[in-house]
This record gives sequence, structure tokens and C-alpha cells, in this order.
Amino acid sequence: MPQNADNVLDHFNLFRQPEYKEMFENKKKNFENPVADAELERVREWTKTEEYKEKNFAREALTVNPAKACQPLGAVFAAVGFESTLPFVHGSQGCVAYYRSHFSRHFKEPTSCVSSSMTEDAAVFGGLNNMIDGLANAYNMYKPKMISVSTTCMAEVIGDDLNAFIKTSKEKGSVPQEFDVPFAHTPAFVGSHITGYDNVIKGVLEHFWDGKAGTAPALERQPNNSINFLGGFDGYTVGNMREVKRIFESMGVEYTLLGDNSDVWDTPTDGEFRMYDGGTKLEDVANALHAKATISMQEFCTEKTLPYIKTKGQEVVALNHPVGVAATDKFLMEISRISGKPISAELTKERGRLVDAIADSSAHIHGKKFAIYGDPDLCYGLAAFLMELGGEPVHVLATNGGKAWAEKVQALFDSSPFGKNCHVYPNKDLWHMRSLLFTEPVDFLIGNTYGKYLDRDTGTPLIRIGFPIFDRHHKHRYPVWGYQGSMNVLVWILDAIFEDIDRNTNVVAKSDYSFDIIR
Amino acid sequence: MSVAQAESIEDIKARNKELIQEVLKVYPEKTAKRRAKHLGTFEDGKPDCGVKSNIKSIPGVMTIRGCAYAGSKGVVWGPIKDMIHISHGPVGCGQYSWASRRNYYIGTTGIDTFGTMQFTSDFQEKDIVFGGDKKLAKIMDEIQDLFPLNKGITVQSECPIGLIGDDIEAVSKAKSKEYEGKTIVPVRCEGFRGVSQSLGHHIANDAVRDWVFDKMDGKPARFESTPYDVAIIGDYNIGGDAWSSRILLEEMGLRVVAQWSGDGTIAELEATPKAKLNVLHCYRSMNYISRHMEEKYGIPWCEYNFFGPSKIEESLRKIASHFDDKIKEGAERVIAKYRPLMDAVIAKYRPRLEGKRVMLFVGGLRPRHVIGAYEDLGMEVVGTGYEFGHNDDYQRTSHYVKDGTLIYDDVTGFEFEKFVEKIQPDLVGSGIKEKYVFQKMGVPFRQMHSWDYSGPYHGYDGFAIFARDMDMAINSPVWKMAKAPWAA
Repeated sequence: MPQNADNVLDHFNLFRQPEYKEMFENKKKNFENPVADAELERVREWTKTEEYKEKNFAREALTVNPAKACQPLGAVFAAVGFESTLPFVHGSQGCVAYYRSHFSRHFKEPTSCVSSSMTEDAAVFGGLNNMIDGLANAYNMYKPKMISVSTTCMAEVIGDDLNAFIKTSKEKGSVPQEFDVPFAHTPAFVGSHITGYDNVIKGVLEHFWDGKAGTAPALERQPNNSINFLGGFDGYTVGNMREVKRIFESMGVEYTLLGDNSDVWDTPTDGEFRMYDGGTKLEDVANALHAKATISMQEFCTEKTLPYIKTKGQEVVALNHPVGVAATDKFLMEISRISGKPISAELTKERGRLVDAIADSSAHIHGKKFAIYGDPDLCYGLAAFLMELGGEPVHVLATNGGKAWAEKVQALFDSSPFGKNCHVYPNKDLWHMRSLLFTEPVDFLIGNTYGKYLDRDTGTPLIRIGFPIFDRHHKHRYPVWGYQGSMNVLVWILDAIFEDIDRNTNVVAKSDYSFDIIR
Repeated sequence: MSVAQAESIEDIKARNKELIQEVLKVYPEKTAKRRAKHLGTFEDGKPDCGVKSNIKSIPGVMTIRGCAYAGSKGVVWGPIKDMIHISHGPVGCGQYSWASRRNYYIGTTGIDTFGTMQFTSDFQEKDIVFGGDKKLAKIMDEIQDLFPLNKGITVQSECPIGLIGDDIEAVSKAKSKEYEGKTIVPVRCEGFRGVSQSLGHHIANDAVRDWVFDKMDGKPARFESTPYDVAIIGDYNIGGDAWSSRILLEEMGLRVVAQWSGDGTIAELEATPKAKLNVLHCYRSMNYISRHMEEKYGIPWCEYNFFGPSKIEESLRKIASHFDDKIKEGAERVIAKYRPLMDAVIAKYRPRLEGKRVMLFVGGLRPRHVIGAYEDLGMEVVGTGYEFGHNDDYQRTSHYVKDGTLIYDDVTGFEFEKFVEKIQPDLVGSGIKEKYVFQKMGVPFRQMHSWDYSGPYHGYDGFAIFARDMDMAINSPVWKMAKAPWAA
């Protein structure tokens, strides 16, 4: 009997004991009708071939292991970034259970969000009554300052009209007339989670700037010197938002972070559950209209929002998830140019420290080949940083990246000798990536938690950068933006490289002459 | 002896009543009236728990429930490891349920098993407008091409499928014919159907009946039958639960011909009508197919509970009672074999857990099934409720809970928070969405869906882990740090 009270074995070791191994063998042989070992081996080897890759890339209908989620997830991400705001998802309730779980697994934090719990009858008659009851209940129970409404694909397929529904709900007294209920249609069959983020941010701004769905006069812009900041959908939002605040403050620039969810996903354990914490103040959202400019950290997360802001007369700047020296330089120079304030001595020194760190370590990265996947902007930012370090981003893949993104990444490759043998893959998934890692191997893979399956299958060590990260803790607390954030990314990459070197040099009397203590 | 424990049953009942009234106050009148039916206190001797259940959740209240797709793809079908399960519709559902339930299995993923993969039709607007049937047919061709060793395909419908009038049955039939009778199962588990995951379980069970069993009728089994053939029904092998259960059944002399559905295969599903007895762990999600097999094939079924030594012992004897003396002796032998281990586990952990109070809110079978395991450790369950239970679950619960236990059906985020705040249990056992809420409040917590990434919890081997984990949660030094020394 393997189990023992003094040394409790759980699944990691229990099932490796002989009793269990024998049980597995018998189960397989007698009851599973297994594939013959030789056949299994033949197919396994075949999936590593060029021939398989071609078949795989010829896929037109099937998606396997995509690196994207649906719009409504991004909608919730955006909504919780506003002061005491409760996201309200109009549609089926199971979706909301999924968004809440997904975020909680990544941030290790609660995620509050309600649904209008539409079922069959709502599918037939529409979800108006669900909206009327739902808003009333949510308002009374959870006492938000704002309820941000988005949709699931069910509500979109049947064509519920949010604007009309919210109006009717207010008439029926679900919430006070003057209570803020911005809304956005977020169909899951269009775009991905980054689209949902874009739609909700735009919806919130439209609500406050354009007369609150016809219930108030539209605001008049009176330009000031402030800068608005949009982070985009970002798994590192907790660390990043704080770093960005620090940067703005270091330069003495007036700023508004729109959709700042860094506090609500980082509340203390001190005896009290805070359903709401931090977030962009509602009056600051309204006043953001008067800003001089808006900087978006992620162009492809704000494709609708930025043009909308531009129509108000603001300058808009779109970056691509800047990581590294040059990208951060550009970010800071844009802030400086717009605000007229110089880049602070503090930040200049930080820049020097990042350059110093790169100089210390780049020999270990130079010439190494990387595969990257994730959201479009993240991929771009990491690829640019790797090239700055002398690495080669050989495969860059975004399931939710389109043609414009691919052209942009290609232009990045073309700008440097380190991009010479690199390829960009828009609209492809992780099963495509698996083929690439077999037919054109690289040294390291950069991606989210799901990349661990690629690591296991292809032996390409995974560096976890992206969203979601479920199987490592607290990464989201670190910034990846700014010089300091870039330093974190550099360290994560280096740790993976050194661990790999140690793993490959630790066989006694075979390879351990290279098991160096100084690297 | 804490103040809480010194309370009389009458005090507790009065407090519960007051507490329920208090949470109802926050609701608009109509909602309060509806929620009142789902909250109550168990009265000794009553045949159920005095609450209504399996009713639509109220919009806007933050229900913890999921949907029919979660019940079918996420629970019942997803773990069948050698079939490919297509999340049919937009990308999200498949993404959020991708490998998150820890249904352990053994196999070469991507080659002969597919459990921790995400196959989806990733619906775009044009698929909604023009229908997705052609795309689905093409997907099946591509699956055959790229994953030739798959043993079958299921189509797990997401919300839009039923709304746009796609005919997934026709596609499945045509493709099954084209691929020489390959098992292809269309499942109508759109998320808007029913009130919770529960209908998804039922729909998934019916799909096994209609698209697996009915095809098998009259075909011989792949093995020689023995009088001791049983199937494990309703164990999803979370963290290896079904394995630490199977080993006991085999040790007592039974032969387990199938596992439903953790670490399961299509061959095992097909073999099950040849079993002599179906042993059913999660009654809620698989009683339907068990009843069907009883009616159609005359296979009896017997519920069991493998949480904690008391219930395991009881269950082993109950299962053995369906067989001859050889098996009955086998059950006694197994009980005796593990008794020293159980005594050692209890000797080690009970003193650290004695008198601790637990509140549960989980799905399926756990709101009642785990109570015995806590009691084996000297702990007391003071509140429990089901995410998607039916009346027959609450009837079964009456055999487990103590007089005065607070009962909350389909609890809302608000209610649960208030109940815990007031009752101040030493431990809450619920899901990922609740975990961090209560930990912020300084209340120790264990996830009782995923075993908080530990496990198995079933069987004798699992009980040792269960005890260790509960101790780890409650007696972690972290909870003493929640209040700053300078804070009042």
C-alpha cells in the first residue's frame, strides 16, 4: 500500500506506485481497445513531418488550441477598470461563470460580474424582462456606481437592442434615470477578447462624452494639457498600470488612466472583501474628453476607440505593447512631446540601467531563436525587444492577428538583420505552432500557460509571458512596460536560458564539465 | 469549545432564520419572494431540506451556476479521452473550459487521446448568417485527416447553434456513414437551455443513449463477461479520483469494465451494457443513463460514496451486497487492509481539526457526499447547498446533514458572503469564483471542485490527501497575519 499518513502521497507520486501502474496497464489492455504501440508511434512521428505541416496549414474550418478568447471576456476586463463598476453581461449565465473563473485563475483574485441569465423563453421572446429585473437586482444588491452592459453571443444572435432595453429598464425604475449604464454590443463571433475591450472602452467614453444615451447634454471639449492612457487587454495590468502611473508622475505629467483595473485585481487579505477597489473615477472619465491626447499602449486593442477619440479633436498615439529600450524611448518621447515636459532624470537613469543589464547578458541571448505567440501587440512588442537583444523571433503567431498586423510585423523583421529568417503567422493556432516547432525548431518558446503542451511535445522550453498564466503565480504583479518592466522580461528570458543550460550540462562525468557556477 | 458550538439547536435555528431575513432585505420585493424559497434550515426528520431547487436563476444576482454546455462538454463528454469533442460555435466556451477540470487520463495527447485540447469551429459572423453545417462537415474531414487515430467525434453545441437552426444531426449522420459507421455524436447542449449545468448532463446522457448504445445493440462485447463486472459511473477522475476508487473495487475482487467518464474511452462506454452492476458516484449527472441501463438492459445500479473511511466502508459493503460471498469477503478484506492507514490519518489530523466548522457550496454530489469525510476528522458541516441540485438531491442530503444546518440553493454571491460573515466558519469549501472572496475575508478555503489542484480525494488513498489539505488550509500561519498588529 503506497499511501502513508506520515508521508502523504498525492497525485504527483501516488499514481507512479507499482499497484497503480499495474492497474493502468490492465485497464488499457483489457478495456480501452487501445491503438497498437507501433501505430501510435508511426502517427506520432508523422505529425512531426513537413508533410503533416502542409496538411495542417491547409486547414480551412477547424481550429485547434487557439490563442484567443471571445469578445465578452475583454468586455469584463475593461468594465472592472472603472470606479465601483459592476459588469453586467446580457445573455446566457454560463458565460459569466466562465469569465469569472478565467480571470480568477490568472489573477488569483475575485472577479465580480453578473448576468441576465437568459434561457429558452428569452431566446424566443427576447431578454427585455431579464434586463429589467437584472439591472434592478444588481443595483440593489451590489450597490455599484455604474453598471457596464455587454452581451454574449446568444443575445447578439437574437438581436436584443441594448440601448432600447436600458431605456425601458430605467423607465420601469430598475435603476435611477441618472444612473450610468454604458453599454456595448460584444458579439463573440466577431474578433476576439481584444475587440471586446475596444468596444467597451469606446462605449463608456461615448456614454460620458456624448450625452449619456440622450439623457444629458453632450459635453463640450475644453482642451487641457492632460494625457489619457489606455493599456489595452493586458494580463500584467496590475504591475503595468502602477508602473505607468509612476512614469507619468516622474515626469510631472497630468494623466488619466482609462480603465485602470490594477487595484480591483490586487486587493489585500485583511479581513474584508472589496468587490470594488480603485478604478478610473467616473468624473475623470468625463473629463478625459478635454485631454490633449490619448496614448494607447496596444493599437490592436483600440482600433475603434482611438478613431472615435480623434473625432473629438484629440491627438491619438498608438503603440504596440512597447518592451525594451527603443520602444520605451518612443513611449516616453511621445509623452514628452505631447506634454512639453522633459523626460525625467530618474527615468533616464533607469534607461541606462536597462542598457547596462542588456550589455551584461546579451551574449546569452544573441543568435538564439524564439517562437512567440499571443495577442497581436504583445507579439510585436516582444519580437522587437528580442531583436534588440540580438535574438531572432523566428515564428511570430497571433490567432487574433489579421493582415494589417502581419504587415506591421513583417516591416519590423525587415528593419533588422535579426529579422531576416523570421515569419509572421496571422489567424493561426497552437496546433499550427506545433508543426512549426517540429519542422523549423527554435531554442525557446514564448507564450501563455497553454504553451506548456508545446513545450512537452516538442521539447522547446516555454518562457511564460502572456495571458492567461494559470500555472505560475504572481507574474501579473510585475510590470512588463517601461524600462523597469523590460528588465523583468529580460530576467524571465535569461532565467529560462540559464535553466536550460544547467539542465543540459548536469550529467555527471558526461556533460558536467560545463556545469559552471559563473555564467 | 467556541461560543458558536455552545449554541443550542434552537439558537442556531433562530439565528439562521434571522440571517435569511436579513439577506432577503436587500432584494427588490419580487426577487426576495423568489429567493426565500431557496433558503432554509434543515429540520431533523424531514424528508428533504425544505428548499426549492432546479429553478431558473434570477437575473443580476450573481449566480454561481454555469450552463448546459458546461454540463455536457465540460463534465460528461469532455473527459472521454479518445474522442474529439468539438466546441461548436464561437471561440470562448471551448477556451474557458480548456483543460481546467483536471480530468486526469493516460494517453499520448494529440495522437491517440485528446482530453487537454481545444477543438472549436470558431464561429465568425458569416457562420451565424449562413449557418455552420458546411463548416462542421469540413471540420470533421479535417479531424479525420489530421487526427487519424481518434475513435469518435462529438459536437458540443454552443448557444448560437440552436438559435440559427443548424442541423448538426444530419451532418453527424452523413459523416458517420461516410466514415464507415464511425461514432459521431451531435449534442444539443446550447448554453441557454435549462437553468444550469444540470440539463447539460441530462442531454449528454441522452446522447450516449441515442448515439452510442443504440448503435451497439446486439454487438458482442470485446471481452469475456464475468459475474463480477461493474462500471464506475459518475466519476470524472479529478486529480485521479476514479483511479483511487477503481483500485478498491478491484482489490475486493470486482472487475471494472468501464469508467464514466474520467479517463474513459468510447470502448468502455460501449462495453457498459454488459456490466452486472453500475456503481454510481455522481448521482446528479449520471442517474439518467443509469436508469436507462436498468430499464433497457436490466442492469441494477447502486449509489456509493468514497469520501472518508466511514462512507467508504459503508459503500464497499453496499456494493458487495449485490454479489456473492467471495466479494463480500473481499470487501471486508479491503476494509481491514486500510484500517491501520485510516487510523493513522485520523490520529494525526483529527486533533488539529476537531470541532472546526465548515460551510460548503458546490455542485453535483459534493454538498452531501463530503460531509462524512469532514465528520471522520471531527469537523462539522454547518451550511451547505447545491449549485444545480434537484429535489432528489435535497432528499438524499437529509440523510447527511445535522438538525439546524443552514441550506442555500443556487446561492447568490451576496447571500454567501453574508452567511459566511455571520456564521464565521473555520473553512469554506466552494469553487474558484468564491475562493478569493473568502480568503480576503480571512476565512480558510479549499476548492471543492478541483481539489485546489491537489487530489485525489476519493478512496482510502484520497482520504489521506483530503485530511492533509484541510489541515493545510485551516492551520496555515497566514490567517493569523490578516490583521495588522497596529490595526484596531
